Amino acid sequence: MSVIAILFPPLVAALLVCIPFRKGWVPGVTVVSCLATLILAAQMAWRIAEGGSVTAGLDAAWLNWIAVDGLSALILLLIALVGSTAAIYSVGYMAHEDLAPGKLRLYHTNYNLFIFSMLAIPLIAEPTLVWIVVELTTLCSALLVSFDNTREALEAAWKYVVLSLMGAGIALFGFLVLFAAMRAGGGGTYTWAGLITAAPRMPAILLQTSFLLILIGLGTKVGLVPMHTWLPDAHSQAPSPVCALLSGIETTSILYVILRLFPVMQAVPGAHAETWALVLGLISVGTAAFLLLQVSDYKRMFAFSTVEHMGVILTAVGLGASAADYGAMQQIVNHSVTKSFCFYAAGATLLTVGTREISAVRGLIRRSPFAGTALVFGGLAIAGAPPLAVFLSEFSILKVGLARGHYLATGLLAAFIVIAFFGVMVHVNRMVFGAPENAASESNHTGTQNSRTFHLPFSCRLALVLAAVPVLVLGVYVPKPLHDLLTMAAAALAR
Amino acid sequence: MSDTTNQLLENLNALACGLFLLTAFGIVAMRQARGCLNLFIAQSLLLAASAALLGLRFDSGHLYGVALVNLISKPIIVPWLLRKTSPAEIYTRREITQALNIPTALTIALALAIGAYFLGIPLANAVGPEFRGPNVPIGIAGLLLGAFTLTVRREALSLLIGLLAMENGAFLAGISIARDLAMLVELAIATDGLIIVFIMGVLVRAVEKHVGTTAVGELASLKEAAAKPAADEVLL
Repeated sequence: MSVIAILFPPLVAALLVCIPFRKGWVPGVTVVSCLATLILAAQMAWRIAEGGSVTAGLDAAWLNWIAVDGLSALILLLIALVGSTAAIYSVGYMAHEDLAPGKLRLYHTNYNLFIFSMLAIPLIAEPTLVWIVVELTTLCSALLVSFDNTREALEAAWKYVVLSLMGAGIALFGFLVLFAAMRAGGGGTYTWAGLITAAPRMPAILLQTSFLLILIGLGTKVGLVPMHTWLPDAHSQAPSPVCALLSGIETTSILYVILRLFPVMQAVPGAHAETWALVLGLISVGTAAFLLLQVSDYKRMFAFSTVEHMGVILTAVGLGASAADYGAMQQIVNHSVTKSFCFYAAGATLLTVGTREISAVRGLIRRSPFAGTALVFGGLAIAGAPPLAVFLSEFSILKVGLARGHYLATGLLAAFIVIAFFGVMVHVNRMVFGAPENAASESNHTGTQNSRTFHLPFSCRLALVLAAVPVLVLGVYVPKPLHDLLTMAAAALAR
Repeated sequence: MSDTTNQLLENLNALACGLFLLTAFGIVAMRQARGCLNLFIAQSLLLAASAALLGLRFDSGHLYGVALVNLISKPIIVPWLLRKTSPAEIYTRREITQALNIPTALTIALALAIGAYFLGIPLANAVGPEFRGPNVPIGIAGLLLGAFTLTVRREALSLLIGLLAMENGAFLAGISIARDLAMLVELAIATDGLIIVFIMGVLVRAVEKHVGTTAVGELASLKEAAAKPAADEVLL
C-alpha cells in the first residue's frame, strides 16, 4: 500500500463537504475521513514499529521526495489521532454555535484542508517542499482562527498569518542556503536522508547559517520565545476544536521539521545545535511559566502552556543524549494527547459559562459537573501531575538531565515546570471549586443559570472521554509497539 | 559563451540587483498603498530579469523557468487576485501616521542594507567563487527590508507587500546560490505566494466588514494587561 493513500481521505472530504445535503452530512464526512486517516496512520505506524518499511509505491525514483520513517510515522499517528477526536468534538460544538449551512461547510472544508496540509509535513522528505506545506498549514488554518469574525478573532488571525509568514520567509532563505550547502558539499539528493549523508562534506558556515535561519523562522510558528507573541492570541480565539489542532499537533509537526536538522548538524564539529536548542528551550519554558501566573483568560492559559511544552521538548533535545531524545519524543506524544484534551475541556467550559475570563468563572463544578471534572483533569494532566502522561515524560527528561551532569539546565527546567504547575492549578482550582466572590450580585446576575446544570452535547462528551484514555494510559504504561516507535523516532534525532 | 558576453551579462545582472535594492527602499518609504503595489511589481520584474540574465550566463533552463513564473504570477495574477478578494478601499489608503517617520525609517533601512552586505559576503564566498555576484547580499537586504516594512506599517496592503517583498529577497539570493532547485519546487512556491494573497485578501475583507478599517496593524486589543481593566469594570 502506498503511503500517499493517507492524504486522500481529508482531500476527498474537503470536496465532499461542499455538496449541500442532509443536515448531518457535513460533520459526518469529516469524522469518517479523520477515522479513515487514523486507521491508515495506525497501520503504517504498526508496520514500521515491527521493523518493516513503507514505500511511496508507484515509481519510486520519481517519488523519492516521499519517505516515512519512525519519526514521521509517530507524527502522522498523532495528527490522525487528534484530528479524529477534534472532528468528533466539532460535531456537537459547532451544532451548538447554530451556524448558517454555508458557514458550517466553510469550517469543514478548511478543517479537512488543514489536516491534509499537516499530514503532508511528515510524509514529504524534501526540505523545500516541506517548507511549502508548512506555509499551507498557516494558510489553511487562518480562516479557522478568524472563524468567529469578532474583532479579537480577526486580530488574532491577522497576527498569526503575518508573523508565521514572516518567519516562513526567513526559513525559506534558510532552506535555500541549505540547498547551496549541499551543492557546495558535492551534491546528492536533497532529502532529509540525503542531507545526513552529505553533511560531513558541507561548508560549516553555510550549514550553521541555514540552521539558525530555519530555527528562527520555523521557531516563530512553533511559538518559541521571543517569537511567540501571536500564539496565545491565535490559540485562544479560534473555535475550541481548532485550538486543539493548533496547540496539540500543528506546533509539534512544525517542531518536527526543526528536529530533522539535528542529525545533519551533528556532522559539523562545534556547530552547537544542541546549545541553541537548550538555550531557546529554557527561555521558552521560563517565560511561559511566569506568564502562566498572570493570565486572565483560561484558553490563553492553555496556549501559554503550549509554549512551555515546546520549550521542554527543545530543552530535552538540547541535552543531547539518546535517552533525552526518547524523553522528548514521549513528551511530543503526551503533549499532543493532553493539550487536545485540555482544549476540549476549555471548550466545554466556554459552552457552559459563555466567557473566557478566569475571574468570571467560579464554582464550575456545581454548574456542570462534567465540564468541571474535565477541566480539573486537564489542568492536572497538562501541568504534569502524577500519574498522568506528561508527568512520566517530564520526569524522565529531568532524570536524564541529572544523569548527564547538566545540573544548571535541569535545575532551571525543574523550577520552571513547578512554577508552571502552580500557575495552571491556581487558576483551574479557582474556576472549578472557588466560591463566587460576590455572592449577592452573582446570584442576581446568573441565578437562573446557576440553579440548573448545563448539559454538554453528546459528541463533546464522547470526544472528551476518548481523549482522556491515552492521557490516563500513557501515564502508567507505554505499549510495546509505541515504545518501539518512540525508540526509532529518538534514533532519527542522532546520527 | 565569450568572456565579454559573460562580463556584460554579469554587469546587467548587477544593474538589475541594484535597482531591486532601490525598490526595496521605495517600499519602506512609500506612503501611498497603490504606489507600494507598483513598486512591488517593478521589484518582481527586476527579479525576473536577474533570473533570466543569470540563466543566460550559466545556461540554466531552471532559471528561465523562475523568470517566467515570476513574470506571470506577480505582475498579473497578484493584482487581479487582490481586486477579486479585497475591498477597493485598500488601494486608496494613505498612511499619515507610521510607527516611524520616513527619514528615520530610511536610516534604519540603510543600516540594515549595510549589515546585509557583511552577512552576505562570507556566505557567498563559502558557496564558491562563481557565485560572487551581488545577488546574495542584496537578496538578504531585500529580506530584511521586507521584514522591516512589516514592523513599521499599519495598512493591510503595505503589510502584504512587505511579506511578498521578503519572499522576493529570499528568491533573489536563491537564484544565485541554489539555481538548480527542482522546477516542481519553484512552481509550488509561486502557487503558495498566490494562496497567501488570496487568504490575506479574504481576511482584509472580513476585517473591513466587521471592524470597519483596513489599518489592521492598529488592532491591538489582545494583550495580557488589556483584560485587567475589563475585569475591574465588572466589579464596579
